[in-house]
Amino acid sequence: MLNMVLMAVSVMVGLALVLNSIRLLIGPSSADRILALDTLYINSIALIVLLGLYFASDMYFESALLIAMLGFVSTAALAKYMLRGDIIE
Amino acid sequence: MLLVMEVLASFLLIMGGVFILIGALGMVKLPDFYTRLHAPTKATTLGIGCILIASMALHALRGDGLSIQELVISLFLFITAPVSAYMVAKAALQRRTAFLEGTRNADMSEDILERRAPDSR
Amino acid sequence: MLKRLFPMPLHTGILLVVWLLLNSFTVGHLVLGFILATIIPWLAAPLSDPHARVKKPLKGARYLLMVLWDIVVSNFEVAGRILRSNRHLRPGLVALPLDLQGQFPLAVLASTISLTPGTVSVDISEDMQWLYIHALHVDDEQRLIDRIKTRYEAPLREIFAC
Repeated sequence: MLNMVLMAVSVMVGLALVLNSIRLLIGPSSADRILALDTLYINSIALIVLLGLYFASDMYFESALLIAMLGFVSTAALAKYMLRGDIIE
Repeated sequence: MLLVMEVLASFLLIMGGVFILIGALGMVKLPDFYTRLHAPTKATTLGIGCILIASMALHALRGDGLSIQELVISLFLFITAPVSAYMVAKAALQRRTAFLEGTRNADMSEDILERRAPDSR
Repeated sequence: MLKRLFPMPLHTGILLVVWLLLNSFTVGHLVLGFILATIIPWLAAPLSDPHARVKKPLKGARYLLMVLWDIVVSNFEVAGRILRSNRHLRPGLVALPLDLQGQFPLAVLASTISLTPGTVSVDISEDMQWLYIHALHVDDEQRLIDRIKTRYEAPLREIFAC
């Protein structure tokens, strides 16, 4: 039963990734695109955690943790670039 | 006991999936940037929180011991979500991203950019 | 001397515990974690500024639980608004007059507002008297302001005693 649930939730998250990609492609402003990227990385963490549950392995959490940290830093860097036209002042 | 835990975890997983999907749906359908900002900061954050709690319960159930990684990830996401929302919103204001027509106090954005008190209304 | 070696004792302890929980509990990781937990505060201490401390931890825990509950409730509310037609939306900017002072308490308040009922904090005025909020749906501005002030700001003022 659990594997069925995991499959169904993975499909939902995959659909969410597709929807976010649509927003990433159509924009219209660059702030929208940053927001879409931000949501994309959070959703990919969800997908990786689901994969870890499916294969009953906890190796996947290391990568989830890495994506969480790098994702936040890159969102901050992109927003700052938009704000100031420079990342490191 | 085992079955109850599994049902509970499945419920949390499905709730998480539904919230993530609703967040993504909001990203596509809401009318302007500032309303779209609400979808990922709330729905997606709660969705991933649900999935991580379910994952923690299931890993404990399989006898791998209590794994702290999920807790660290969800704490990290809950702390960073408001910060990144704030940064992106500020960047959008700076670029004068248009508000939806009929937004209340849309003229207040000038005060926000200058970081001064709102004009006495 | 001890103060120089461990400028942030609480953080040193937390870092060591988290390191041991993330890895396995062995002597090697104990030594490595201890070295890291000593070095990282040396690098981080000059960056931290003195900020308000939590005066009432018990009230703080209650506040945390209340916020967690509010996050769940607000999510159902926002989900409902997302699923309904866009024409029902009345988004708006709101200026919230602040009684709370101090950088850390204000950051906590702003983050709470961002995570709960249909509101995102956008910016703060330079004199730290006004917090600007974007709300997904405003029926009554004054009611929103009152709600935030009584539900979140008042407990925070008690917790940080300012």
